[in-house]
Amino acid sequence: MGKFIQGGTVQMFNAPSVKSYAAAVGKKEGEGPLADCFDYIGEDVTLGTDSWEKAENMLQKYAFSIALQKGSLAQTDIAMIFAGDLLNQCTASGYAVRDFDIPFVGLYGACSTMAESLALASVFIENGLGGNIAALTSSHFCAAERQFRFPLNYGGQRTPTSQWTATAAGCAVVSSREMPPYINAVTFGKIKDYGITDVNNMGAAMSGAAYDTISTHLSNTSKSIDDFDYIVTGDLGLVGSELLYDLFDKDRVNIQKKHKDCGLMLYDLKGQDIHAGGSGCGCAASVLCGYFLQEIAQGKIKNILFTATGALMSPTMIQQGESIPGIAHAIHISSE
Amino acid sequence: MQITKKDYAELTKKRSPNTKLPKTLTKAFLIGGAICVIGQGFLNLYTRLGFDKIDAGALTSVSLMFIAAVLTGFRIYDKIARHAGAGSIVPITGFANSVVSPALEFKTEGYILGVGAKMFVIAGPVILYGITASVIYGVILYVFGR
Repeated sequence: MGKFIQGGTVQMFNAPSVKSYAAAVGKKEGEGPLADCFDYIGEDVTLGTDSWEKAENMLQKYAFSIALQKGSLAQTDIAMIFAGDLLNQCTASGYAVRDFDIPFVGLYGACSTMAESLALASVFIENGLGGNIAALTSSHFCAAERQFRFPLNYGGQRTPTSQWTATAAGCAVVSSREMPPYINAVTFGKIKDYGITDVNNMGAAMSGAAYDTISTHLSNTSKSIDDFDYIVTGDLGLVGSELLYDLFDKDRVNIQKKHKDCGLMLYDLKGQDIHAGGSGCGCAASVLCGYFLQEIAQGKIKNILFTATGALMSPTMIQQGESIPGIAHAIHISSE
Repeated sequence: MQITKKDYAELTKKRSPNTKLPKTLTKAFLIGGAICVIGQGFLNLYTRLGFDKIDAGALTSVSLMFIAAVLTGFRIYDKIARHAGAGSIVPITGFANSVVSPALEFKTEGYILGVGAKMFVIAGPVILYGITASVIYGVILYVFGR
């Protein structure tokens, strides 16, 4: 049974396994540097459907089905699905899961949802609740743009600090300890709001939360940066990453040498005109489920602190003059 | 370590790159200028075809908007705008783009609640305050202009 430590950390003693995982991405992501890591790459942004939202449902279905296949699992083997996305009413998740006869918990943590769902699944399994639990997360560039910003064909200009919402989904199935990757500990983050109001600077809105969650996790588990191969953040992008270095600099900790950001790994920033980096739930989800979990399973990477970050931005609240709250959840994933 | 909102704002400012003004201004000027030159071309053409000044001006606006609408449909206008910025937003072509793009985008929600309701979601405020301003100026002109 896991031990809860004040500050949101759950230390695992049985260290659940990520039994199988899969990443499904769109065309642009499939042309990026991690193309070889993905299980499914769409030929276009609609994936044969007639709307962006339906395309995102498809991405989740693909990620989930492929993860089942890779783990030789049937739908009946899955006790629960924890899933989330960026759309209002968790549209992509609810509509993707409605065809499966599996208990469903819809989550919203903005771009931190992959860590949120995986952490919850791990805590359930650690405590013997359920055999296999799927953590499923997605985002879609076009669906997110029209909900949060402008129509696709609108001729606006993106600022240098803006980020690109990934068209991608990731699924990880957690089960009791069997083989690596293992989940050693998780930390559920606190909401941190440092007053950022620029909706085109999500990295800055999330960086403070990432700093808080990573620091809390390290102190609660008596670990240091050096115990990890990488500290992986979700989608801080160029601006948010540098801010994170600044924040840790004040504690005289050099995080830069260990830091990787999924938003900076998914795309070729210059060649694909991405500005400050990728973002969206699918960004951290696809890089985790496509790249990191595989590397850890093979023992090439031993320990990462996967910290997916979310900007809990509501266009309504921004119009009412509010700032953007940030959140981050951390998971220590290990090969041993 | 505790950090105040003020310190955080300073760090954010330091780390957030600004738009590269010389490059973006040049591109906006050149592309925006090119749109105006094309407009002038239409005006000259319609004048030569025998239309009077008011009709030729209206036809020029309609022609530019038509081209912008078509380019929006083919997803070319937003690619130009990525470089042009205000150079393609300010001319009347930008107005056409701001009406056509939501109309296309929200087609999936049907012609009433999708296209109909969302078509002026970007251009709406411009139309509202444009008409309001013209009424106010009209009243001023009526009272003092004679």
